[in-house]
Amino acid sequence: MTFSERLQSHLGRTPERVAVYLQHSGQPDLPITYRQLLRGANAYARTFAREKLQPGEVVILILQHGVDLIYSFWGAVLHGAIPSIMPFLTEKLSPERYRADLAALISVTKPAAVVTYPEFEAEVRAALKHGDSVRAVIVTNKLELQADPDFNALAGMNRSENDIVLLQHSSGTTGLQKGVALSHRAIFNQLDAYGQALNLNNGDVIVSWLPLYHDMGLIAGFLLPILSGVPLVLSSPFEWVRAPYKLMQSVSQYKGTLSWLPNFAYNFCAQKIRDRSLEGLDLSSWRAVINCSEPVRWESHQAFYERFKSYGLKLDALQCSYAMAENVFGVTQTDLSRPPKVEEIDREAFMTERVARAPVNGRPAMKMMSSGRPLANTRIRVLDEHGRDVGDGKIGEIALQSDCMLTGYYNRPDATKKAFHDGWYLTGDYGYVSEGEVFVSGRKKDMIIVGGKNVYPQDLESLTYEVPGVHPGRSVAFGIFNDEAGTEDVVIIAEVDSEDSAEQDRIADLIRRHVTKNSAIALRHVKVVGPKWILKTSSGKTARSANKEKFLKELELQG
Amino acid sequence: MPDSIIAILEQHIASKILKQPNRRIKPDEAIISSGLIDSFSLVDLALFVEDTFNVRMDDSELNAQTFDNLDQLASIIQTRQKKS
Repeated sequence: MTFSERLQSHLGRTPERVAVYLQHSGQPDLPITYRQLLRGANAYARTFAREKLQPGEVVILILQHGVDLIYSFWGAVLHGAIPSIMPFLTEKLSPERYRADLAALISVTKPAAVVTYPEFEAEVRAALKHGDSVRAVIVTNKLELQADPDFNALAGMNRSENDIVLLQHSSGTTGLQKGVALSHRAIFNQLDAYGQALNLNNGDVIVSWLPLYHDMGLIAGFLLPILSGVPLVLSSPFEWVRAPYKLMQSVSQYKGTLSWLPNFAYNFCAQKIRDRSLEGLDLSSWRAVINCSEPVRWESHQAFYERFKSYGLKLDALQCSYAMAENVFGVTQTDLSRPPKVEEIDREAFMTERVARAPVNGRPAMKMMSSGRPLANTRIRVLDEHGRDVGDGKIGEIALQSDCMLTGYYNRPDATKKAFHDGWYLTGDYGYVSEGEVFVSGRKKDMIIVGGKNVYPQDLESLTYEVPGVHPGRSVAFGIFNDEAGTEDVVIIAEVDSEDSAEQDRIADLIRRHVTKNSAIALRHVKVVGPKWILKTSSGKTARSANKEKFLKELELQG
Repeated sequence: MPDSIIAILEQHIASKILKQPNRRIKPDEAIISSGLIDSFSLVDLALFVEDTFNVRMDDSELNAQTFDNLDQLASIIQTRQKKS
């Protein structure tokens, strides 16, 4: 089975069924039936043919939330091309940095075409170089007409299920991106296994505001519903972050049953929605709100449940999944018939012995929430640094094997090779297994996860060095967990020569602006300090954890 | 009156959103387009404005086109206070 064949089958059986209810603030929701979806997609498929795009070539989609993003994605599929969605330029990011990221993406991925808006064409062309792979910049106002597809003429019908169907780019801030290449077969295998874990059925309605350039949004909040014939109510992160209550209104209005959220969103919804926006809402249809893509916190579930239980939210609806693009999406899923298992473990044993065991005699404990059991098609191991299994209750690196793994990082055989060890994919995540359930405890690298987005501290530190007054090697970035927000806050500390506090404040401002403009990451604490504040290891490297401890101590003293 | 509105907004943004209580924000300094206030804090700001000044802010107004500095935000607040 390929994507095009599945779409053909939906069109044949249920042409008038709504595939997507597309939401835009201030406008009525737009229902898109399968017939309409395929007509819109076909306009793009014919446009790609007109532009001599070949099946198997990559097309980059630089579009915002809306019909063009949906139609161009499926149009690429129908044409047999490989779509990859790139985040659109936001107010927060500088155009220069965006252009540099786009140029880097093009140099690795070698797309044959880019789709964008006429207003954005000049910006895209500015990132192109003479002799690069891009032969066409296709703008959304110069398309072939919409028409019912003639499947015999569509190149996408000749793809085989082992061909790559799409690329999903990881959300690194700067530098070389890795495009996860996925085949038709891998995605269908994932959807079968994940759908089984969810008991996905034709009474389901998925409600999502997640971005389609992220695996959680693309797979759970786009492909799963459309390919499975389950209606999707789709909004955007831009709108959700300004009006989080709309998620609840949509669930109530459409009798939504399934949603996926990163952990911080539970806190955000619990804290930032007024009673007046919830009047008369009924959330009892929600059978699973699945916590995924950053560390899952029991406290966040509690806060969400307390806030919305009087509107019909069921306790059993709060669930967890551990997922990654390299396995298409889900690796584990909790059992939807009961709340996720929560274990209390000894804090010190966890930190120093790397063991998860019950605390004795009232010693400090921490709550670990389960991410559930591996999907039926996925096997898990937990390994020590020598690649040996550590055994139940011991913390190690999670490795996995499945029939829905990535084909490879696109055009990056080096990175693909490095990711596997003896046929097992090494996730870089730490965790442990207890009674068959996976508990994820942290990252191997110093990565910061803020609002579901992965941020490498070294990227932020490099940006800090570009600010006048900051010396290379004298900045440190790390995340500190913010209980109220349910996610990490980003901290940057930079050493300067000046001890003058007005001058330090001025540089702090410059750092805040420069780093945010070039990474689209908001900084919570920017601390500019005099010489010799930052702790270094004996080999002269910056010790992030030691500096983090020092920072937290100072913060505590300040009250 | 607008001066005191500005002072209250400045104090809230510096201490609660930026976590730099001593940070001064000029009345004409860009706060949204500059990235000073990120999108996650916009709802916070709107809730604070509603609670403190007893006016309504719509989510469609939370962008740099509607207001991008304290002067502009204070005058929106003042206009609404007069109406009610």
